Amino acid sequence: MNTYYLPSHEYARVEGNIAYIGISEYAAKQLGNVVYVDLPEADTDIEAGEDFGAIESVKAASDLFSPVSGAIVEVNEQLLDNPKLVSEDPVTNWIIKVEMSNPDELNNLLTPEAYAELCAKEQH
Amino acid sequence: MEELKTTCLNAHHRELGAKMSPFAGFDMPIEYEGIEAEHNAVRRHSGVFDVSHMGEVRIEGEDATAFVNHIFTNDVTLLEDGQIAYGMLTNDEGGVVDDLLVYRVSDSEYFLVINAANIKKDEDWILEQMNKFDAEDLSVSLESECWSEVAVQGPEAEAQLQKIFPDIDLKALGFYHFYELEVQGKDEDGEDVFFPMVISRTGYTGEDGFEVYADEPVIIELWQQLLENGVTPCGLGCRDTLRFEAGLPLYGDELADDITPLEAGLGMFVKLDKNFVGRDRLAAQKAEGLKRKVVGLEVDGMAIPRHGYEVLDPATEEVIGHITTGYRSITLGKNLAMAMVDAAHAPLSSEVLVRVRRKVFPAKVIKKRFYTPNYKK
Repeated sequence: MNTYYLPSHEYARVEGNIAYIGISEYAAKQLGNVVYVDLPEADTDIEAGEDFGAIESVKAASDLFSPVSGAIVEVNEQLLDNPKLVSEDPVTNWIIKVEMSNPDELNNLLTPEAYAELCAKEQH
Repeated sequence: MEELKTTCLNAHHRELGAKMSPFAGFDMPIEYEGIEAEHNAVRRHSGVFDVSHMGEVRIEGEDATAFVNHIFTNDVTLLEDGQIAYGMLTNDEGGVVDDLLVYRVSDSEYFLVINAANIKKDEDWILEQMNKFDAEDLSVSLESECWSEVAVQGPEAEAQLQKIFPDIDLKALGFYHFYELEVQGKDEDGEDVFFPMVISRTGYTGEDGFEVYADEPVIIELWQQLLENGVTPCGLGCRDTLRFEAGLPLYGDELADDITPLEAGLGMFVKLDKNFVGRDRLAAQKAEGLKRKVVGLEVDGMAIPRHGYEVLDPATEEVIGHITTGYRSITLGKNLAMAMVDAAHAPLSSEVLVRVRRKVFPAKVIKKRFYTPNYKK
């Protein structure tokens, strides 16, 4: 199981041909309490880099971007009633599940090490 | 980019682990423990805000009353000494240069408290108006650098502040009134000195509370004592959610150079029966009827309306306005917004749509004072 990141703080946790997309622990901490997750419809196609929804704290809405292309096979509907799950454990509580159409795209994403460096820089 | 200014409490905010962000050129705390906890502390108990970024201007002289009334929408001749009026500086077109508090010290001295984001603009505006004003005895002092300020807000604000200032009769201080005092403190060399201090029963939260203006050592000491006594430190994040629920405008959202006070629903602070800059345009606007207006909206659905989102006509889906401020209200749990909409859609109970990213949600016009303030009158 490998995890990849976008500079906009979404992760793709890859198991076989499936990528679980969510936001990083760093991003969840920056956001504070999540009050709303705007989810896309399941069974729709998405392109890498495309926005598929938004995550909102009290203060602001942040668009969510997909690290990979493919079909959204499932959305995490638990988040509709309980958006705070993302704040509590953003890694377990993924937002969408994508069946990848082009796994080579993973090579364009940040490795955990490169992403950690980016977060360290943002904090300064 | 210009270097950010800091307030005298900057190190204290950082020590508390505040999330800091640039605001109006200042490095300011957005939240400490979290916006919701801080918001609720002010509604239920008490909170203290560093608002030292606010600007101050003093206007003095025999002609001070006439001059302030010439630039200010409200009427300072109606004030007694020690009383405060809220109102606006308006430009020649009736648009809002800034909204502000005017403290009447006497008929020859006024203390103006202005928005941090507008300090330079207001100072230039006031000096320009002064140069055009036919006055024999008038002086304007730019005092923004001289004053630090904290706001102590919430139902327990009076009790908390009274503990620290046992000799000041806060109970007798009415809403929108102030005291000018001297407090003993230590200067930089540890010498006992007296510092000037202003305490007013004002705020920006919809709760009872006070705003305290003084020199840095006094404000730092006050901040520390309030925190030791259990008052919650509050950031600008909840300052915005609190003022929003109370239907209070924020310059840059509900107010701007091209928005008039009448459009913003602030007509009660505009005295058209006296003369002031922009008065004729406002009187004409009132006579002609408003073309657009700031209203309250309640959105049906989970989506949260945010600043800048479009408001649509439900029949045609044409854009009829935009959201000026919107939140999932912390106190009320509803998705609420203030919005600038065409007058045809402004009456209470009008049905509109709000576009939130790819979807539209129905919304209804309601009173923009979503939360009834608990002022001590």
